[in-house]
Amino acid sequence: MTGLDDAKSQRTAPALVSLRAVGKTFPSGLVALADYDLDVRAGETLTLLGPSGCGKSTVLRLIAGLARPTAGSIDWRAPDIKNNIGFVFQDATLLPWASVFDNVFLPLRLGGLTRETAAPRVEEALAHVGLADFSRAPPRELSGGMRMRCAIARALVTRPALILMDEPFAALDEVTRFKLNDDLLALKRRLGATIVFVTHSVFEAAYLSTRIMVMSRRGGSVIDEIEIDPAIARDDDYRSSKTFSDICRRGSQALRLAIEQATP
Amino acid sequence: MKTGMIRERQAIQWRDIGAPIAVFLATLALWEGLVRWKNVPPYVLPAPSVILATLVQDRQLLFSSLMVTLGVTFEAFVIAAICGVALALLIAQSKWLERALLPFAITLQVTPIIAIAPLLLIYLQPGNAVLVCAFLVAFFPILSNTSLGLASVDFGLRDLFDLYHASPWQKLIYLRLPSALPQFLAGLRIGGGLALIGAIVAELAAGASGQGTGLAYRIVEAGFRLDIPRMFAALALISLSGLAIYGALAALSHYLLRGWHESARAQDE
Repeated sequence: MTGLDDAKSQRTAPALVSLRAVGKTFPSGLVALADYDLDVRAGETLTLLGPSGCGKSTVLRLIAGLARPTAGSIDWRAPDIKNNIGFVFQDATLLPWASVFDNVFLPLRLGGLTRETAAPRVEEALAHVGLADFSRAPPRELSGGMRMRCAIARALVTRPALILMDEPFAALDEVTRFKLNDDLLALKRRLGATIVFVTHSVFEAAYLSTRIMVMSRRGGSVIDEIEIDPAIARDDDYRSSKTFSDICRRGSQALRLAIEQATP
Repeated sequence: MKTGMIRERQAIQWRDIGAPIAVFLATLALWEGLVRWKNVPPYVLPAPSVILATLVQDRQLLFSSLMVTLGVTFEAFVIAAICGVALALLIAQSKWLERALLPFAITLQVTPIIAIAPLLLIYLQPGNAVLVCAFLVAFFPILSNTSLGLASVDFGLRDLFDLYHASPWQKLIYLRLPSALPQFLAGLRIGGGLALIGAIVAELAAGASGQGTGLAYRIVEAGFRLDIPRMFAALALISLSGLAIYGALAALSHYLLRGWHESARAQDE
């Protein structure tokens, strides 16, 4: 089985959330999404790849409930999944006045947990991302990569079944980005959450995903869908393999098409 | 390396503290020299040494007046801070309330306090009129700055709180109030100075009708007697009070914001 083969088990996995004929038009008249369909399958790492302005972030915001669709419907397999979503934003979005611990504690605090009750879970989340020794540090003392780790710990602390990530590593240097990609894969193996990842980097998409959807600027229409065998080990060998370069080539071609479609 | 850093720190301390003190002392020396050289009589322009001597000589009178003025200033400032924050919170709850209440606050702000003071002196006891004047000028900057702070919460953080279904109360406590803290403190710094100005203005208005015991009254009284050194001595105390109020509030602001807000960090670096 090659990496480009459609993995049957993946395809038949039940959908955690389904978007049906979803449209999103902003008050200014800008159409971000039109007649958009998506099934997020349990356990997958789905990457939405596309040029800026193609509506990929809007998809995440709609799933998270931070925006409402102007057409269509969003159906959840179970309401408890909907009520416990992890979201990692483009910026780390940390409270600048609160320590690393308090930032990660925030979702639990908002859920009504006391500091004492929440402490083991916060410490566990910090340990997952390698920030256990920095729990008392203020965000300004952290590097960009550490801030993003803190944001990931915060997204993990509620033990969500679904984690949404909106270009989380876009602002980081390549070395940090590679490291965080590996850490994310390790976390995924350990925790088994479903991840929807947004990026405009083909390489990042090919490395992290089990499925890539390339979106165009025309209302988010899907240009290509690439399935990647989840069984393939993601390591340096994979980065230099033919499978990886084939996926990157196919992703790049689709991305080029998406950009060409967008320019009148 | 360490000595270099200490030296650099000393240089910064000299720049921040030493330089203005040196300029101030040089100005005083020049003033003193000119007055002595030209034999300017004290009823025209008293030398700094004469002003200092007057301060010492009239200390009981002047310091008791200073306490009256500072007492009113402090009282007005505290009431203005409480009312400013309370109204800012109220306005932040609804656009309707903002539209209904803000014009009144702005009207009070744009009407010169010196024009309101005589009216207040007719309706209120002189002590209360001075308090209300000081309150009126200090109140608006605290209200407007706090309102601005409460309204300008980072969009990403707002999304984060929405994601976790935070209640309005949780948003207020954990997000909006801490976000508004830098602007609130900036409002306090402005309001503190203005409370003193408001108190002085009202005392001047009241002093003209022969009432009051504050520092401004001492200036008016000394003016009638052509006691120019005492006028200067009272003026010096007012200036020093203003500086002390500003310094204390700036220190409070730095203490509360150090470690996270750019305004406090810029001073540290």
